[in-house]
Amino acid sequence: MRVRTTAAVASAAALTLLTGCGAADMTKQASPFANAQGAKTVTLSVQSWVGAQANVAVAQYLLEHELGYRVDTVQVDEVPAWDALSQGRVDAILEDWGHPEQEQRYVKDKKTIAPGGDLGVTGHIGWFVPTYFAKKHPDVTNWKNLNKYADLLRTAESGGKGQLMDGSPSYVTNDKALVKNLDLDYEVVFAGSEAAQITQIKQFAKEKKPFLSYWYTPQWLFEKVPMTEVKLPPYKEGCDADPEKVDCAYPVTPLQKYLNADFAKKGGKAADLLKRFKWTTEDQNQVSLMIAEQKMRPEEAAKKWVDGHESVWKEWLS
Amino acid sequence: MATITAQAQRAAPPGFLTHPAVRKLLTLAVLAAILVPLAVTQWGGATWPSALTVDVSEPLGKASDWIIDNRDSHPLFLYFFGHVSNVVVLAVRAVYLALLAVGWAGVTAIGALVAWRVAGVKLALGTAAAFLACGLLGMWVPTMQTLALMVVAVLASVVVGALLGLAAGLSDRMDRVLRPVLDTMQVLPAFAYLLPVVLVFGIGVPAAVLATVVYAAPPMARLTSLGLRGADREVLEAVESLGTTARQRLLTARVPLARKELLLGVNQTIMMALSMAVIASVIGAGGLGDRVYQALASVDVGAALAAGIPIVLLAVVLDRVTCAAGEERLGEPGRSPLTWLYALAVAAAVAIAGRVAGFLEWPDGWEVNIAEPVNRAVDWMTAHLYSGVPVVGGTADWAAHFTSWVLNPVRDGLQWLPWWSVLLVVAALAWLIGTWRTALTAVLAMAAIGVLGVWNPSLDTLSQVLAAVAVTLVLGFATGIAAARSERFERLLRPVLDVFQTMPQFVYLIPVVALFGVGRAPAVAAAVVYALPAVVRITAQGLRQVDPAALEAARSLGATSGQQLRQVQLPLARRSLLLAVNQGVVLVLAVVIIGGLVGGGALGYQVVFGLAQGDLASGLVAGAAIVCLGLMLDRVTQPTERRARKGA
Repeated sequence: MRVRTTAAVASAAALTLLTGCGAADMTKQASPFANAQGAKTVTLSVQSWVGAQANVAVAQYLLEHELGYRVDTVQVDEVPAWDALSQGRVDAILEDWGHPEQEQRYVKDKKTIAPGGDLGVTGHIGWFVPTYFAKKHPDVTNWKNLNKYADLLRTAESGGKGQLMDGSPSYVTNDKALVKNLDLDYEVVFAGSEAAQITQIKQFAKEKKPFLSYWYTPQWLFEKVPMTEVKLPPYKEGCDADPEKVDCAYPVTPLQKYLNADFAKKGGKAADLLKRFKWTTEDQNQVSLMIAEQKMRPEEAAKKWVDGHESVWKEWLS
Repeated sequence: MATITAQAQRAAPPGFLTHPAVRKLLTLAVLAAILVPLAVTQWGGATWPSALTVDVSEPLGKASDWIIDNRDSHPLFLYFFGHVSNVVVLAVRAVYLALLAVGWAGVTAIGALVAWRVAGVKLALGTAAAFLACGLLGMWVPTMQTLALMVVAVLASVVVGALLGLAAGLSDRMDRVLRPVLDTMQVLPAFAYLLPVVLVFGIGVPAAVLATVVYAAPPMARLTSLGLRGADREVLEAVESLGTTARQRLLTARVPLARKELLLGVNQTIMMALSMAVIASVIGAGGLGDRVYQALASVDVGAALAAGIPIVLLAVVLDRVTCAAGEERLGEPGRSPLTWLYALAVAAAVAIAGRVAGFLEWPDGWEVNIAEPVNRAVDWMTAHLYSGVPVVGGTADWAAHFTSWVLNPVRDGLQWLPWWSVLLVVAALAWLIGTWRTALTAVLAMAAIGVLGVWNPSLDTLSQVLAAVAVTLVLGFATGIAAARSERFERLLRPVLDVFQTMPQFVYLIPVVALFGVGRAPAVAAAVVYALPAVVRITAQGLRQVDPAALEAARSLGATSGQQLRQVQLPLARRSLLLAVNQGVVLVLAVVIIGGLVGGGALGYQVVFGLAQGDLASGLVAGAAIVCLGLMLDRVTQPTERRARKGA
């Protein structure tokens, strides 16, 4: 009998405890590591490519050294990052390559994410061959001639066809449809991560081997391995609307920043800084190259850039 | 059960038919003769017939949209998941803040003192050194984040596991119900169920903790149940005769008698939680795993290693300390509560002294940069081994040969086989090694893959698994035999195996790409590295446990050492070798997904894709296919009665 009453009391207590605190808000889910020891924390999402790391490194450096915040970074893929942003687990995405579906859902419908303005960098996705290869065979830079070179671009992995190397599964890509719709004798081989792709490109370049790869600008690797873009049928508004029927090049995208809506309103100086953060492709590449090629710690790379470009970032602080 | 029927049959049919394996195969052949023509006339062709597939992508897509749209408003989330999430966040935060408040000096001191009380002076020094190394590598804060996450995840896993184990240990019916559930949870590759967890909780710590609990609770449950069931009957009878109630018996006799298994369960749970802590970085768990993952993005092996080493150190320290706690040391002096009190007092004093002296945050200057020399070494390796090595050829050439001579034929062969013949082969293998039940499970698992509509990519993955397992077994058996025959070699090998087993797999993804290029070959290489230690360990242990009398007898008959090995040791260690095969398969499969990150393609890529694009349909279907593949392979390679479990 006594056991039963204790159990009843315990479960009642547990229930009141749960309902007592009322509804839990899934849109306010900060990281447990945020704001430790009374410091004000900003959590930034880092995407897996180095350009995104460069943005975050500089923003982090300024937030920490100029404004006295503590910055947490979390590496998340793009789509989950939008989700995290809407829940408040991260405060900002500094480089977005265009996710219309997410924009509709979170910015327009739910209003849990606020646009943070242009990053100042323009992105473009395309197919690239190394410049040493393009110089030897100038006509490879047009998609119409690609089939001629399929043999040269064959690898063990691509079987009897030429290899078109794609990168991380998180990136925007229509390549499978493009290969099919343009009747190309190529096999899309997914490297699975940008790191794997870069490593492979470097190995190819070291041996001056030809390759064809999905790649994008701005990217620091161009400084190490010069690459030339292959012309695809020109992009027209809406030609990539149906993912199965795409037969045109990728668009040119001005990269965007997004902030958590709450943070945008109440984030104080940190939010202001992130909204004003705007730099050029050259700036970003400079920092990226220091991180990826000279293997500097992102913090050191950011410091070096910040020390040399006071006029640029002073404006973000005002 | 199998032996009983075999004996009953022994009188009847003559000759070779008495052999159970032959009987099983004959039965299967009869079944096939009836079913296959039916199947072929209905659904011909080599690949799985499309008439027998179910497209689940639409309902799954709808489900995921529903969750995202209702997550902020539906009562299920507001009053249940939301609170679960909040409790996890609060708990992790509390532990993290406590660790930060104690400071690096305090944490090191407490760790060392606990290790000293539990496991002796040597381990105490090792523990302190490990903590200091984490600081020296510049990883103090991430280490504390990982530690906080671990504490909460392990506590939750131990509680959940112990409760399940208690139920299974006390009730036979619960045991029957739970066993297949636990089996499935253990062959599940962790990556596969990150996605649904993320969908419900969003990325971050709560999702990571819950995924870890799913992954790490089964060994605890299994070992708890084992301990309760294995309790000495005589002791239990004696206790019963004293007129105790069932609850008293449980608390005073059965649980204490199961102490050893319980502690082993805790040990296993900790190890699995730690390996999950890294995988969970993909969904934003933060801490050391995140540093490894970020380093991977900038192709920085050195930085990845700097974050990977603390994980290895934590794993080794926690493993040794919990193992030592499991060993019986009851008779020894100095284990009284009073010495614990002293130890805690000393730790508190150090922590306070550290606070007063300002030793809270790890000092910036005290860091050793290992990234640079490591990267130089990796660069050298790839520059000199990748291609153009005289005579043997570079690693890239090997990889290309391996792909075109092994991986491609195996894959094409598997995909060429008619679907029903694949099912038949699976049935035959599983039945020969197990019972008709295991055969049925294996066949159903394989059929489920077809029904889900991922037959071809699954066979692609299967071909990679088979190739990787073959390589692992050749290397593992050879190394294991060498280790069993030479003490010194085994001593040298032990730390290497420790490192391989606990180093997060992400760390060696870049080196394998740098050596083998992008594709399936590096995925296979990564899987081999990961699965090798378990195979080596089980092989060496099995060979060592061979009855010395049998060996002595062989030696006295003048057998050479090669003969001893082939004719005595290997046959007698058959069970262990089978277990090694089984473990090799399960571990290789666990890495196959990660292989998706280096160009492995097939199911692994689809899971990674689903996770990256938040695409529940493709991610979950591929994840389910991997689970089915795992179940099938596990059953096909599983000795009827398995003794150790994953990670043992």
